[in-house]
Amino acid sequence: MTARRATLAGHTYEFPSLVEVMAKATPARSGDVLAGCAATSEAERVAAQTVLADLPLTTFLDEQVVGYEEDDVTRLVLDTLDADALAPVRSHTVGEFREWLLARAAAGDEAAISGLARGLTPEIAAAVSKLMRNADLVAVGRRARVVTGFRSTLGLPGRLASRLQPNHPTDDAVGVTASLLDGLLHGSGDAVIGINPATDSPAQTIALLELIDAVISRYEIPTQSCVLAHVTTTLRALEQGAPVDLVFQSVAGTQGGNEGFGVTLALLDEAVAATRELRRGTVGDNVSYFETGQGSALSAGAHLGVGGAPVDQQTLECRAYGVARHYDPLLVNTVVGFIGPEYLYDAKQVIRAGLEDHFCGKLLGLPMGVDVCYTNHTDVDPDDTDTLTLLLGAAGCSFVIAVPGSDDVMLHYQSLSFQDVLTARQVLDLKPAPEFEAWLQKMDLVDASGRVRELTADAPQARALLAAAR
Amino acid sequence: MSDAFDTLRAATRARVALGRAGDGLPTARLLEFRAAHAAARDAVHSPLDTASVVAALGTTGLDVLEVASAAPDRATYLQRPDLGRQLAEGTELPGGEHDLALVVADGLSPRAVEEHAAGTVTAVLERLTGWSVAPLVVATQARVALGDPVGEALGARIVVVLIGERPGLSSADSLGLYLTFGPRTGRADSERNCISNVRPPHGLGYAQAADTLAGLLLASRELGASGVVLKDEGTALPPGAG
Repeated sequence: MTARRATLAGHTYEFPSLVEVMAKATPARSGDVLAGCAATSEAERVAAQTVLADLPLTTFLDEQVVGYEEDDVTRLVLDTLDADALAPVRSHTVGEFREWLLARAAAGDEAAISGLARGLTPEIAAAVSKLMRNADLVAVGRRARVVTGFRSTLGLPGRLASRLQPNHPTDDAVGVTASLLDGLLHGSGDAVIGINPATDSPAQTIALLELIDAVISRYEIPTQSCVLAHVTTTLRALEQGAPVDLVFQSVAGTQGGNEGFGVTLALLDEAVAATRELRRGTVGDNVSYFETGQGSALSAGAHLGVGGAPVDQQTLECRAYGVARHYDPLLVNTVVGFIGPEYLYDAKQVIRAGLEDHFCGKLLGLPMGVDVCYTNHTDVDPDDTDTLTLLLGAAGCSFVIAVPGSDDVMLHYQSLSFQDVLTARQVLDLKPAPEFEAWLQKMDLVDASGRVRELTADAPQARALLAAAR
Repeated sequence: MSDAFDTLRAATRARVALGRAGDGLPTARLLEFRAAHAAARDAVHSPLDTASVVAALGTTGLDVLEVASAAPDRATYLQRPDLGRQLAEGTELPGGEHDLALVVADGLSPRAVEEHAAGTVTAVLERLTGWSVAPLVVATQARVALGDPVGEALGARIVVVLIGERPGLSSADSLGLYLTFGPRTGRADSERNCISNVRPPHGLGYAQAADTLAGLLLASRELGASGVVLKDEGTALPPGAG
């Protein structure tokens, strides 16, 4: 391709490749500096955005960021693209596409926005997001409707679900159960009850699956379980007849990144098909769960694109969504502040990335949630996670993750608390998934207005649930 | 009086049954969380008191040298792990021939180094009679892999980096020990062995950590390697942890 250039205040900036246009148009973040692909000045960033705004969307069909021959993610995306779905916006530039999305969002036209998903490449979603402000990401994100189901229905308007994450440093059954019950008493768990196992073995996975399954069965909770073991471990558990609701895997946006996670597309095909065969869902058959996060490809050294140039981490993140959507997942979430300050340095970068990831995931047709989280060496605190949570609630985020008191004692990071989820629901007038809402009513865990009750330990509703702790 | 919520609290270290104020946290619980987070943040950002660490290490009778990584400040250190793995330009170390070099590195918790490094080093040296040990090195704005160029320059067959680990909410002062045979720039994380959570009285004690490390050192010297091939004791370092 010929170099693209833009002139700002008398200075002409030149971008020799599409990879560079994308990288330098990206709002500032430490991971792109680390990769050596970030804009070197604010003016250069805007120049790149100016170039990007004028690119026709068809550029991304003709020209790749990561090569078709070298990378199976690129092949998967292009080989399964629905040309008809792109038709309404095919003639637009990236800048015009942004305006088209904002106009449809303002008109509340969910069908027009949501209908594009299978026609969009991850790079198109990434490109338009780079031109958008945070409020644009919220406004359009909330009109990209993606509804999925297993035992609960997720992604409906006016709902905010949560993954209850009862992790324990040694997978201790009593400890896990304590956190699980605490979450249920706070109205969490409608997206999934999902445990990150301390030990990734089939035996441990099966033990934890059976533990959650017993609680779900005992109280007839309309939700699903997941043990976030490696996909090969879940396959072993499936072979041994374990009660697997959802198959989980972390995925990245390049073939090399996925190899770093020890997965291939063929392996994912096999695991998703095997899980679907169990037919354990009641209201839907979305049986997979994927986690992603900006920076994962770079941390695996698998972030290079056409010409060996480093690809920016947000574009690579969108490509991970290109992998995930192939499997019609029930849940996908970015783990936005987990990876560390060398990828997302501070609250500004984490908040921006969380909104980008939600928007791009939804635009590409994913049931997108966010693990609103941080580590102690990142410049983020609970005030910042409040901000991101409320923005995500406004953006129609499908689900967030919650742990007791924000403190994950197994993974050693901070996510949201159960109270944070209640606050977001209260402030934004959001409800849990409908089936789970009905269960909370049945168990008398909510009052007539739908608010989760504050129970004493000897309240009958609490006693009924806490019986499972003995 | 003990109730069912106490049963939950007794079952896990997780912050269960905190209670609520409206839909938020009770004030006491809010402040407890803030105190834990503040300790972790301060542990990351308070600079290493090198003078006191050098003085404490001096009691071993070994010379103590100071080096810095190529990361000029904490903000750069946090964003550029590559710089934290390189020595500052112009760093000179005395070459020699040693069995072992010990590098005390601030890492993500200088506080862990101030509290536990000298005690650990002393316990380790007591278990290594007959080993020739290079001058001790105190390194600032340092990652684990900074031990590679340091060990190489000192002429050490094995390097052990004692480094402040990323603070958790309930453990801001945890020291990690990383062993690498044949230190040289470019070693992979899979070529290291790690002993984590040295942090008496809550975590591993000095004697216990030193016993494990001495075992690993003997096995590594015998095998002429470290990392995933060396599994007798301790655990291999997971990818990306450096």
